Amino acid sequence: MVNITIDGIKTKVPENMTVLEAAKSIGIDIPTLCFLKGINEIGDCRICLVEVEGARGFVTSCMQKVYEGMVVRTNTDDVQEARKNVLKLVLSSHEKKCLSCIRHGNCELQDLARRFGITDIEFEGQIAQKIVDDKSPSIVRNTAKCVLCRRCISTCKNIQEIGAIDCVNRGFESTISTLEHKSLGDVNCTFCGQCIQNCPTAALHEKENIDDVYEKLKDENTVVLVQTAPAVRVALGEEFGMKVGTNVAGKMVTALKRLGFDKVFDTNTGADFTIMEEASEFINRVLNSNEEKPLPMFTSCCPAWIRFIEMEYPEYLKNLSSCKSPHEMFGAILKSYYAQKEGIDPKNIYVVSVMPCVAKKFERQRPEMQNDGLYNVDAVLTTRELAKMIRQANIDFKILKDTGFDSPMGEATGAGAIFGTTGGVMEAALRTAQDLLTGKDLGEINFEEVRGEKGIKRSIVNVNGKDIKIAVSSGLGNARKIMEMLKSGTLEADFVEIMACPGGCIMGGGQPIKKSKERREIDIRKLRANAIYTIDEKSVIRKSHQNPILKTIYKDYLGEPNGEIAHKLLHTHYTKREKYN
Amino acid sequence: MRTIYVCQGTGCTSSKSPLIMENFKRILQEKNIQDVEVKRTGCFGLCSKGPVVIIGPENTFYAKVKPEDCEEIIQKHIIENGRVERLFCKNADGSIAERLEDLKFYKKQQRIALKNCGSIDPENIDDYLAVDGYKALEKVLKEMTQDEVIEEITKSGLRGRGGAGFPTGKKWAFAKAAEGKQKYVVCNADEGDPGAFMDRSILEGDPHCVIEAMMIAGYAIGADEGYIYVRAEYPIAVKRFQIAIDQARERGIIGKNIFGTDFNFDLHVRLGAGAFVCGEETALLESIEGRRGQPRIKPPFPANAGLWQCPTLINNVETYANITKIILNGADWYSSIGTEGSKGTKVFALGGNVNNIGLVEVPMGTTLREIVYDIGEGVPNGRKFKAAQTGGPSGGCIPEQYLDTPIDYESLKSIGSMMGSGGLIVMDDTKCMVNLAKFYLGFTVDESCGKCNPCRIGTKRMYEILERLTSGEGTLEDIDKLEKLTKTVSKSSVCGLGQTASNPVISTLKYFKDEYIEHAVDKNCRTKECKALAKIQIDPEKCKGCGLCQKKCPVGAIEGEGPGTKRHIDEDKCIKCGTCIKTCPFKAIG
Repeated sequence: MVNITIDGIKTKVPENMTVLEAAKSIGIDIPTLCFLKGINEIGDCRICLVEVEGARGFVTSCMQKVYEGMVVRTNTDDVQEARKNVLKLVLSSHEKKCLSCIRHGNCELQDLARRFGITDIEFEGQIAQKIVDDKSPSIVRNTAKCVLCRRCISTCKNIQEIGAIDCVNRGFESTISTLEHKSLGDVNCTFCGQCIQNCPTAALHEKENIDDVYEKLKDENTVVLVQTAPAVRVALGEEFGMKVGTNVAGKMVTALKRLGFDKVFDTNTGADFTIMEEASEFINRVLNSNEEKPLPMFTSCCPAWIRFIEMEYPEYLKNLSSCKSPHEMFGAILKSYYAQKEGIDPKNIYVVSVMPCVAKKFERQRPEMQNDGLYNVDAVLTTRELAKMIRQANIDFKILKDTGFDSPMGEATGAGAIFGTTGGVMEAALRTAQDLLTGKDLGEINFEEVRGEKGIKRSIVNVNGKDIKIAVSSGLGNARKIMEMLKSGTLEADFVEIMACPGGCIMGGGQPIKKSKERREIDIRKLRANAIYTIDEKSVIRKSHQNPILKTIYKDYLGEPNGEIAHKLLHTHYTKREKYN
Repeated sequence: MRTIYVCQGTGCTSSKSPLIMENFKRILQEKNIQDVEVKRTGCFGLCSKGPVVIIGPENTFYAKVKPEDCEEIIQKHIIENGRVERLFCKNADGSIAERLEDLKFYKKQQRIALKNCGSIDPENIDDYLAVDGYKALEKVLKEMTQDEVIEEITKSGLRGRGGAGFPTGKKWAFAKAAEGKQKYVVCNADEGDPGAFMDRSILEGDPHCVIEAMMIAGYAIGADEGYIYVRAEYPIAVKRFQIAIDQARERGIIGKNIFGTDFNFDLHVRLGAGAFVCGEETALLESIEGRRGQPRIKPPFPANAGLWQCPTLINNVETYANITKIILNGADWYSSIGTEGSKGTKVFALGGNVNNIGLVEVPMGTTLREIVYDIGEGVPNGRKFKAAQTGGPSGGCIPEQYLDTPIDYESLKSIGSMMGSGGLIVMDDTKCMVNLAKFYLGFTVDESCGKCNPCRIGTKRMYEILERLTSGEGTLEDIDKLEKLTKTVSKSSVCGLGQTASNPVISTLKYFKDEYIEHAVDKNCRTKECKALAKIQIDPEKCKGCGLCQKKCPVGAIEGEGPGTKRHIDEDKCIKCGTCIKTCPFKAIG
């Protein structure tokens, strides 16, 4: 512990603390812009400057560590003026189309302008050059809204270890770009969307599909079905000021009905199908591992992970489970079994998936994701887009009554629910695999070893007398580590679950964007994950193969898991992809 | 035995000095002359008179030599023992200088860092060994402890020549005290100030003295590996430095168990791509490590976490060039030169509106007046001295009233400039100070790495204001904004580039504010450098009505008909090209 004085207040703080953290501990909230704890600690923006006695010039409080006897002043006239002028400079080069901006009201730059009481930006001049890349199906970049905080670069390069974007040019011409200024879809970007999550402004955002959906909702001849992913219900409430980690499934269904969707289904049911198929495939691989179906088997629910492995480790494509992701499986069933049962021409069905993810927008339009010439899913909306639609429809979300998902496709198990968090797919698959292998209902349900925030988790699970080596990772940086360990033989595994976003889908690129300050103060991942596990615990049925809907559909329509019809509808294949086109 | 020294610095090389050297060799061979050696050397300093050929031992100084002059020089000078007088230099006062020591340019100079530049062949290690080369290293390794070396450097009072003037001994002591299995020594040769070429000349003329000093530093701090980061735009320096490393390695001077001791050292060259910011030590380290050249936030300082996070000592080329001399001659000798706070000498690249352009090395404390008027021999074309810019784009301009300021770190700082790496540009009264500030700001706007907001956007905004002022669209409010911005950019930027980028604006605002106000209020540029503001008028008293200006005017802006009719200029049409001013035989236009 060291003794320091901040703004005249004497305090004792641990010695590895930064000035920013030390100030926070005594109730002094120094403003920041580029700082993102653990991700972007580079001191570029100069908004968090403070005075330190004896130091030459101002000191960057987000990086400066405290030391014994340190005397800090965070609010002198000089510091205030410097910060204010720096902010005015940032604002002077910013596009400032706030009223028509996708991040209006949730923008860290706006927050600072309000906090600093900016009324006049006297240093007006040339605005940062505007390059808009809206060619990819998932992510839009607009450099005129960029404040060059480089959070996106750090996320992409250091956390995800992709490096699709970086700073190019010098000085005022500096801008964030890709190799040869190509569109994100033509470079090694996986569309994980973590850059969007970390962007303080609207320089990065999802490609919106709201208008496509509105159009179909208005069309009387189209049956518009919507499904919502497990992670959406534990985050959507945040968009309406509700506490992080609130499960708003019931309100969400009500809102979707009010928006005019014909049926509201649960992707968790799709996840149950995935488990049936994936667990069966895994058992087959364990029993008859061969060159075409080798071990370890990788999960295939995450489209950013799929794009990653197709570009970075194409030699491992055979290790990927051939299962489509849950919402694609579900879309395929809606347009086949459900259409037939309800007597609807599949051509008139429009399936909308509400996802915590922007890579799903890319996945949706992969040519493999079609059956009989129809896409399994027709539009993907993010959690944020759904919130926007709800606001636009004058729905007072917080006071809505709960409604259940539509039957018969709306019943899901706790296993489907936990797909939304890292380790969830593995846990759900193990619950089913052990029962299928033993032919008994083993009581064991919780696999604690695959839960939690650790980026890479390894364990050995005994299933029916056989040791199954498993590994679970989230974040593409960790995915790369797993792949390199496999390549070098330092990791032996039979079953590997990978999710591209750190923490899994609950922290996906399509989820509500939380400001850096809030992220420093509360553990968003943990709260959302807790909500997911609570849903699981409260579920009557917690194993996918025990879902009565599934039993019916397999019996009446699909036949055996991994059987011919199942294979046609629920499985896919992968292709090697060039990193740069 | 005579020696023909032919300068092979970058300046003379670009004026065909390699061909001159070849010609000398060929002619000597053809004439079968045995006892004359032709020697390649580094820069002699007087670059505006290049290519320079010196014949020793008599020290005859031939200037502006052309390849076709070689024949005559051999014939007259070598064979007939006469002199080729037409190639002698003239001092500004008209006196003829036959020998180097007759040139006023050299009179007040004292060469320590440049000691061997111009006298040894930089591509031949034997030349260096013959002038006590690697003796300092041997002495250090065999007779001195690490602490004794650092103590000697500290006692000498040497301060960093890269610009900031940090005490070198202290820097070495920090690097030695830092804990780490692997330590590095780095030489900053990323000289980027416009017009500065001190480091280039040292590397081109005496590369071994830098290698030797880096090894001494390596021994002192406990490093066995070094990097020199040099601009790729310095091909001759790069080549010679690499040759020097190879030769030293061949002789076992670089390698293992140097001079029979247990000291090992290896040295690598890394090329910079020409970004000015890479002269900032942490940006330089980033670049060596293969990343975009951007500064790191300090602390930690490189002495604790530098190259690959290992303790690293970084010094500038010129700083290293002083080390061997301090070791061999002693700290007391070195500290006897210079002023109280600034010891030794400083090399300057003297340029601009001054008669002698080139490289000068003077003891600290020499006044600006001595450099401009004694060494530089004053301002040419009968113009008046207006200001001198030291420190390049990071420095400030010094007006006439401070000509007698002794040049040392503190004095320059106290008058709003800085030592910088040693650029010294003299400006006469035809130079507009607002335009000058714009020029330097333009440079920093281009060279800002873009990492931090104040530098990236602030310099741009300052430049835009200066553009408005010089194009007649500026206001007094703009000047206020400019003052505000200088403060924010200086105090808030991450690195030295941004922190000093405002200096040209601050110093011109301080000393030439009246010119700013003229631009803003009267819409007038007194020097007519700012074309948009220049008012060109014909003095009716002087105009004889010859009509010559009218004929030459490219836009037909001059009115008046027939011989004897006084002409006048239509301001709306005039594009201020200045052709009429040059054309008028009666000097009636201005």
